[in-house]
Parts: sequence; structure tokens; C-alpha cells
Amino acid sequence: MKIKALLLGAIAGTALAPAAFAERGSDGHVNIIYWQAPSILNPYLSSGTKDIESASLVVEPLGRYDQDGALVAYLAEEIPTVENGGVSEDLKSITWKLKSGLKWSDGSDVTSADVKFTADYCMNPEGGCAQLAKFEGVDSVEIIDDLTVTVTFGEPKPNPYGPFMGGQSPIIQMAQFENCTGAKAPECTEANFGPIGTGPFVVTDFRPNDVISMVANDNYRDAAKPAFASLTFKGGGSAMASGRAVLETGEFDYAWNLQLAPDVLAKMAAGGKGTPVSAFGTLVERIEMNLTNTSPDLPEGERGTVMHPHPFLTDLNVRKALSMAIDRDLLVEIGYGQAGRPTCNLVPAPLAYASDNTDCLVQDIEGAKALLDEAGYVVGSDGVRAKDGVRLSMLYQTSTNAVRQDFQALIKQWWEEIGVETELRNINASVFFGGDPGSPDTFQRFYADVEMYANNFDGTDPESYLAQHTCDKAPKPETQWQGENMNRYCDPLYDELVAELGRTGSLAKRGEIAKKLNDMLTKESYVVVPLVDRGRVSAHANSLGGVVLNTWDSELWNVADWYRIK
Amino acid sequence: MTDLSNQTPLAPPRSQWLNVWDQLKKHKGALMGGGFLIFITLAVLFGPYIWTLDPQKIDYRARDFRPIYHVLFDADAKTAWGNPLGTDQLGRDGLANLLAGGRTSMAVGWAAMLLTLFIGTMVGVIAGFFKRLDGPLMRLTDLFLSLPILPLLLVAVTLFRQPLHSNFGPEGGMFILIVAIIGITSWMPTARIVRGDVLALKEREFVLAARSIGTRPGAMIWRHLLPNVISPIMVSATLGLAAAIITESALSFLGVGFPSDFPTWGKMLADAVQRMEEFPERVMLPGIAISLTVLSVNYLGDGLRDALDPRIRGR
Amino acid sequence: MLTFTIRRLILSVPTLLFISLVIFLLLELAPGDPMAQVPLTVPPEVKEKMREALGLGQPMHIRFWKWLVQFFWIEPQVMIDHFFGTTYAVGDLRVISWQTRSPVMDTVVQRIPQTLWVVGTAYVVGILIALPIGIYSAYRQYSVFDQCGTFVTMIGFSIPPFFTGPLLIVVFSVQLGWFPFIYDTTHSVDDWDSFLYQLRQMILPVMVLALQTTAQISRYMRASMLDNLNQDYVRTARAKGLSESVVVMVHVLRNSMIPVVTVIALGMPAIFGGAIITEQVFSVNGIGSQLITALFANDLPTVQTLTFIFAMLIVFFNLIADILYGLLDPRIRYD
Repeated sequence: MKIKALLLGAIAGTALAPAAFAERGSDGHVNIIYWQAPSILNPYLSSGTKDIESASLVVEPLGRYDQDGALVAYLAEEIPTVENGGVSEDLKSITWKLKSGLKWSDGSDVTSADVKFTADYCMNPEGGCAQLAKFEGVDSVEIIDDLTVTVTFGEPKPNPYGPFMGGQSPIIQMAQFENCTGAKAPECTEANFGPIGTGPFVVTDFRPNDVISMVANDNYRDAAKPAFASLTFKGGGSAMASGRAVLETGEFDYAWNLQLAPDVLAKMAAGGKGTPVSAFGTLVERIEMNLTNTSPDLPEGERGTVMHPHPFLTDLNVRKALSMAIDRDLLVEIGYGQAGRPTCNLVPAPLAYASDNTDCLVQDIEGAKALLDEAGYVVGSDGVRAKDGVRLSMLYQTSTNAVRQDFQALIKQWWEEIGVETELRNINASVFFGGDPGSPDTFQRFYADVEMYANNFDGTDPESYLAQHTCDKAPKPETQWQGENMNRYCDPLYDELVAELGRTGSLAKRGEIAKKLNDMLTKESYVVVPLVDRGRVSAHANSLGGVVLNTWDSELWNVADWYRIK
Repeated sequence: MTDLSNQTPLAPPRSQWLNVWDQLKKHKGALMGGGFLIFITLAVLFGPYIWTLDPQKIDYRARDFRPIYHVLFDADAKTAWGNPLGTDQLGRDGLANLLAGGRTSMAVGWAAMLLTLFIGTMVGVIAGFFKRLDGPLMRLTDLFLSLPILPLLLVAVTLFRQPLHSNFGPEGGMFILIVAIIGITSWMPTARIVRGDVLALKEREFVLAARSIGTRPGAMIWRHLLPNVISPIMVSATLGLAAAIITESALSFLGVGFPSDFPTWGKMLADAVQRMEEFPERVMLPGIAISLTVLSVNYLGDGLRDALDPRIRGR
Repeated sequence: MLTFTIRRLILSVPTLLFISLVIFLLLELAPGDPMAQVPLTVPPEVKEKMREALGLGQPMHIRFWKWLVQFFWIEPQVMIDHFFGTTYAVGDLRVISWQTRSPVMDTVVQRIPQTLWVVGTAYVVGILIALPIGIYSAYRQYSVFDQCGTFVTMIGFSIPPFFTGPLLIVVFSVQLGWFPFIYDTTHSVDDWDSFLYQLRQMILPVMVLALQTTAQISRYMRASMLDNLNQDYVRTARAKGLSESVVVMVHVLRNSMIPVVTVIALGMPAIFGGAIITEQVFSVNGIGSQLITALFANDLPTVQTLTFIFAMLIVFFNLIADILYGLLDPRIRYD
């Protein structure tokens, strides 16, 4: 077989070709390292990306997003659309058809009952399913025949690709999880640690928060794949260590999400054992302006609510000047290098939804000063501007992270240059991003004037992402400080447009509305000040072929196609 | 016999402390350690007035400069006399940061170490000496040893940051919080060590003798027990200083420390670890500063211990 | 001594119960949310449902009681079942981690081997190096050996593991390529070659950890020896004509051990507790990293259980230290 492969390879005459002729398991062992270790292999009970990505080696959805954000059928015969009749004209139902002959790794058949069960499993009210949002608006899932299911929505769904699409909602086996629904979901440790799947690999040993050992799935639908017979998925350590293991010592073949300063990464890449790869998605590092007053002198319950508007950030000129003072090119150069690009948009991609807004890209300190002068903010004796006794003095908070602290230092310097005093604060990420209503330091509570973090949206449709800035989503004491509209931005016009977006089916029209919403938050109001469109950098060993970095789905989406370059 | 009456003392009786000082002066390590400590204290106190560059001033055109001595190995290195110790990845001056960082680290280190020693020694001596208090105090020590440090920090920050912030400003408030947290979470080893020694000491003959002449507990502790446990306390002090300086940087890593634009030696060291291959000086300089400070305290402690021990003194 | 030990053992039960209550309250009071690591794309309503599924809605005293029952009643049964094949605990709810949704104790058991291999070896190596250094440095105070020892140990102690770890990696793994630096926890030792590999992958983390232990213990050993070397009984022993080795190694050493025993006993629980930074640098994933990931994920059942196990070890080893005091110096009496 080896000789045959070699011969064929020689005939094909290309170095990359051998993979196509390789046999299942002919390339031995592959090592993957994630610096965050997976805790569970059931994405429906997961607490983070690491779990979903590791699970994507084992369980698969009906369709995935590819590296360009386009939909690709996996377990499904094809992606249903209105054109091919899979999605009904009124946008209220979608019909999926499974490929025939699919087998679970234990040898049993994959049927539409499994698909329906998956939906029931997640939609069980007592299960605490993490991917419930994927099933939002689902009225029922009906089995048509052994290979066909129809998902019916309560209202027209312009984007019906929530359930069973992407790494977050793969199909799980009914036989395995039948007795694990609802409140019993967490008790099925064995199933949660070793789900039976249709993916290229099968779990042999799972050690929570440490390491997973896998072997190739004998029943995988493509008889020639995967090329690797076994796989080790190591978790833990730091981005630094995992980068080093791939790029400098070659102990590992693939390292995920190397959030390292560009010069550090470049130094590692010079080690010559591997190559960093990057791709862009929708993750945007941004500064959010607080429109409410969070002075500690205000009584609890009123502090940080719409009852008390912010003394100066409610002034558009101040917000605009703060944005103008920032040199986004330099931020990218220092913080992200090839994995970042300056942006003025909250929705940087996909193309259909991304506004052409670029007016913030050039730093304009003098312009910012002039704008503040015009608005009546005069520089005082201490170098800080003030108007009517209100000093431009701000608290700037973010989570603890080396790059964010560098950004804070740089932006503070620019802001002080235009006469805005800035105090920095960094908060432990597990407190900052947690929603503990008792803590004053969460990003929802936002007891500061400006804050910086990154956010993105799942898949390619920004509707729910843009809907986060409607009036009713503002965190307030009555909602235990839960909510996604951190700035407490409230514009009836915006709310109306969001509602319209929810009713619109035409892609062109949707794009138009989304762009308008994006512009309202950014260049028209400067309530959200986007800084950097953050890509993803991962690294693979030079001997590992077939890696296609994908930011729209799991990074390991095409692991079945990976092979060893000989 | 008569001869004796004619003999007048040649010198007035010397106080004990003068003897100690004489002995200390003979101890080379102690002198060097003391000298270096004075030097570094003066440097961090008055250095920023002489080297007036703002440690937080970012000049990104001048980033990643090497220290000037680097020209010796590599004539093409980016160096500037304006930044004798080079600059960091954002172009902040190395020397100015070292001085400013030293000021904070020394202040935190000393304050936290003294607080640790004070609580530890007090608890240890009292527990060792008064049998009835031994049980409760040692169970308290067990309790403090068992408390998980990160939740404790988070609780302390949630409860006390705002009041301290408004009363003492962002840096002052954080200073008090950090010193208190380090003090509260690191006195237990000292307490247990001191108690162990006191338990053994108080059964010695000289304590029995002192007690038989009616020495009060307070005087007993002060005059007889404390001088005899001074050497483990000195070791605790040296190790405690190093630990406090390092812990401070771990705290800011956990997001509980000083604001990120506030340099300390520990933080400079932690930030530079990523780039230690290209810019070894950025780890070496703060690392050497911490090590030398701790070493000098160690030698000074050695000398003091020798000088305080009447059996060694005058040898 | 026996009555003292029994009394202390009985007394440690209420002490530990009180400690567990304090830890529980501290964790309740600390800000944090088990949903902190869930991606921001998951909406707040879903997070609220997930919190409810974890049982966070229940009142505090009920959750504490549940934990007590699970830890003190069900977990021991599980252990008995495991060793004797009985079925006492079948169907009972054990202490379940919020992060992995699996029994906390299973993960602990899984991680004990690598923790003991690395942290335990480092501690033993550290003590074995520290004691001779401490003794000889004191015996030949201010000799070249003593000065070098002081210098190395003090620098070793004042340089944190987050620096020494990467330094060793750069030198030995990247430049020289001698040792791997990502610890392979699935590696099993069954023959000579695999044992050699185990040694190679252990050596770097052990060096980092042993440096700290050595520095600390050798300083206390030296100081304590110095205190005793000038005592009258040493002169008496020498005058009796005892050999120098007997004087130093028997008489002085025994009397100098009290602070050292204290320090060693204080460090013992840390062997099981793992070493957070070093484990992270070398991806050892021992119990230290289990604790820190649980802390960052606000996985309260795991944190509570692990902290409480440490508390038990702390109370236990401090008791051992107290008993050893009495053996080292029979004059010490607790009754």
C-alpha cells in the first residue's frame, strides 16, 4: 500500500497529494495542545469554547460554516434553502435530510430520531442547556421519515440555521443520552466524557481539564479518513507554553489561539518547527462608553442607572474626541500584529453586513482638542479640561490581560494629551465577565466610565448581536444587573430598526439595516468605539498538512482532512 | 587584695548596645548588606528627583532600546544615552521604571514583612508561653492556613476597595489593602516556628531560674524568650521580604494589585518573562534588584544575630 | 503523649467543621459566577437557566448541609465500595463539580499520581539537599561553602518560579533539546525506558520546586544549628570526649530540629496541594491546577472540597509536628 501510495503520489506530482490516497490511520499519531483544558465533551453542558472545539472531533452537526462563513453540509445531504425547497416560503420551517448510511462510532445507524432527541435534550427546561439560544423560537421538531426532520418555528425566521448548525449544536446519540435528560443531565458522567459520535475520532480516555486520548473512528463515513490513527488532545498551561511546544521544540503538532504579542510570536516562529496561521472572524476589541453616572456618592440602586445621566459622556463631542485621539494602527502593531486590523465597525464581517465606515482610522489629536475646545471644555491649571465645574476625569476598566494593559497605558496617554484625566483599573477576568449581581466589578454593572473588552457573534448573522443594544437590554438593579447593553444606550429609533430587522427576509435588505444599526452605535453616536478587529492565530507544525483555520466554526472542523507531510 | 582597691575602671561601663554595634561593625557581610540597603533606599527615595523622566511616559518611537552597555557586544544595537537602561515594548524608560518600581516594592515589602513578623511573633510567643491560649491560637493558625487565598483577596477587594479608594486615593488605598492582605495571609509559619521554639525554651533551666526570682510574664517574654528566638525570626524576615515583593506581583496578575500603570519590581519581572530571550536585561535588572535587596537583608540579619548573641560577641 | 494525641484528634473534628463552614461562607461572599467562562454570545436568560440547573437557587444553609452529607457520608461509602466491591453508595449523589459535571473526588484521585511524582519528589529532593547544606553551613560558618550556599539559596528564593520555569525551558528544552517541557500525564511507567522518560519529563519542574524548598529549609536549619552550636551542653559533650560527628549529628542536630520540623510539616500539605505556578508552566495538571481552574471558573463544589482536604492535611501535619516536638525534646509537655 505504501509503495502504491508513493507511486500514485509521484504520478500526481505534487507534495500535497499523498493525503488524498492515504489509508485511514496510516499517518500515525497527532498531538494537539489547547492552553485551556476541556472540562467536558458534551457541548450542551459546556462552559466554554475549549469544550466545544474538543467535542467537535467526536460529535458533528448537520452542517458547518467553512473558512469563509459559507454553509457546508456535514451529516445533512445538503444545506436546505428557500431555493431548493428545504426552507418554507414563509420562513417558518426548515427540513433537513440526513446522508444515508451514516453510522455512529458504535456501529448503529444515525436516524432522524437522534436529531429530534438532540433538540429535546437541549430544550428540556431542567437541563440547563448552554446552547439553548440556538433553539430559540423552535416550536417543534418532527420526524418525517428515518432520515428527514422538519424544524418548525413560531415566527418567521429569516435565519433558520440555529439548531443543528455549527460546532455548538452537534447531534448526540439518543441511545446513549436517553436516560440523561433534564435534571439528570449532569449525572451521566460517562456519556458526557465520552459521547458516541459520527466524527473522525473516538474517545478512549478523558481526563477532565487535562488530556483526552482518541483513536480513529472505524465507522467514519469516508473510508480513507482520518489519516491519523490516534490523537492526543492536551489541555492546560499557557499560550506561551503551547506556542513554544509547536513552534520551538516540535513536541506538539497544533496549538490553538496563541494570544501573544506579535514580536513574541515572531521570535517563536523563527524557531522553524512550525507556522503560525491566522484568520479573521467577528471578534472586535472595543471601548464602551457608560451613559450613566456611576459616582460612588450616588445611593446604591440609583448608581449606574438611567436615573442619573453621565456628567460628560452623554455629550457626543466628548465621545467623538475620545475616539479621535486613538491611533488604532499602533494598537494593532503592538498588540496583535498579523492577527488584528484596525476597525471602526462593531460588525466587521461578513461582507454583506459590514459597513464601509473608515473615518476613525486616522488619529487626530489636534482635531480632538479643537472639538473639545469648541464644545466648551477648557484646559484647567492641572492640564485637565473642565466645563461648568465638571472635570473630564474617567475611570477606565478592563480585564486582566497583558495586551489589554498595554492598550490601557497607550490610550491613557492619548487621552491625557487631549486633556482627559484617566485612572486605570484591571479586574480578574473571572469576576469581570461573571454576572455575580453582588460584585461591583462585573462588566455588566460597569461601575466605571469606560470599559474595554472583546465580543463577537456566533455564525454569520448579526441580528441578535445588534439587538443587544436595545433599551430593555440595559443592566439594572431590577434585573439583577443582567443584560447586554452595557452602555445603557437607548434610542427608540434603534429599537424600531432592530424589530424591522427581525421581520426582514431579504438578504440585501437585512444587510442594509444591519449596516445602519452598526453606524448608529459607532460613527453616529460613538457610544461603542471599536478598536481592533481581532483575528485568531493558531500554529501548526510544518509536518502537519491540511490545516484550514476557521473562525466561524470549530477550529478543528476539518481534522478528518489533516495528514502528515512526509 | 589592697591592689585591687587602687584599680579604677579605665573606661565607663559600656552599654549593651554599644557592644552590639562594635560587634556588628566587625561583620563584613552585615556592613556590606547595610550599606547596600541604605544605598538602594536612598536611590528609590531620591532617584526619581534626579532622574526625572516620567516612568509612565510612552514614547513608541523609542521602544525596545537596549541598555547602553549592550553596545559592547553588539555595536549595532538600538541604544540611547537618554535611556541608559533601555526601554520596554512601549518605550517606557527602564531606569525610571526601576526607580519608581523599587519605591513601591520596597515599601510594600518592608511594610508587609514587618506586619507579618509582628503578628507571627506575637501569636507564636503567646501561644507557646501561655498554655491555656495555645489551643485556640493554634487552631486559629490552622484556620488561616486553610483559607483559599484567591477568594479571600476577592472578598477583601469587594468590601474594602471603595472605602480605601475614597479615603487614600487609588494608590494609597491599594497599598494598605495589599500590605494588609499579604500580612494576614503569611504570618502563620512564623507563628508556628516561634511557638515551637518557645515551647522548648520555656522548659530550660534559665527560664525556671527567672521564674523562681519572680519575673513577670511580660518581662519573661521580652528579656528571656524573644532574644532566644531571634534567629528564626531573622530568617523569617529575610524570606518574608522576598516573598512579599514577589506576592505583590502575583496579586496584580490576579487583578487585585496596583493599577497597571504603576510599576513594581515584581511586575516588571513578570511582564518581561515573555521576552527574556531577546531582552534579558528586562528580567535581569528587576531580578537583580530584588535578589540584592534580599541578600543584603540576609547578611544584615546574620550580623545582627551574631552581634546580639553574647556568647559569640567579643569572640 | 497518647492522651494528648487522642484529645487533639477528637478536638480536630469540631475545628475542621468550623473551618469548612468558614471556607463555605468565604466562597459564598466572594464575587464570581460559574458562568464567567461561558462565551459572551450566550444570552443572559440562558445563563440564568444554567445557574438554576446547578442548584444555585437554593438557600445557603441547604447547600452547605448537602455538601456536608455528600463529603462526610457519601464519599466515604464510595471509597468503601471501591475497595471492597460493596454497593452502599449506588445511586447517591456525590460532590459534583460544576465545571466537569463529574464527581470531584474522581478527578482528585486521577491527579494524585502526577502531583506526587512531581511535587512530592521535589519536596523530598529539596529536604535531602537542604539539611546537609544547612548543617554544614552552620558548622563552618562564614566559610566559602557557607557563603556560596547563602548566595545561591537566597537568590533561588528571591527569584519566583514564573521566571525560573521559563528560563529552564528556554535553556534545556528549546536550546539544548534535552528534556520535554509539556508533561505527559498519560505516560505510564512499566519498564526501564519509560522510567527514564518519566525522569526526563520530571526533572525541570522538580528543579524549579526543589530550589524553593531547599532555600527555605536550609536557612532555618542553618540558623537553628548556629543557635545550638554555642550552647553549654555542646562544650560539655566535647569535653566528655565525644567525637565531633556525634556531637554535631546527634546532640546539636536533635536540638536544632524543632523549627525545621515545623517548616517541613507546614510544607507537607502543599505536596498534595500541588504547586500552582510550576504546574501551569510545565502543564503538569496536578491538583494545584485543578484548584486554580476551579477558582477561575467559580466551580464552588470543587474549590470547597479541595480546600477542605488541604485543611484536613494542615491540621493533621501540624498535629504530627506537635508530637515530634515532644519526641525531640522530652521536656516539652502538653498535659
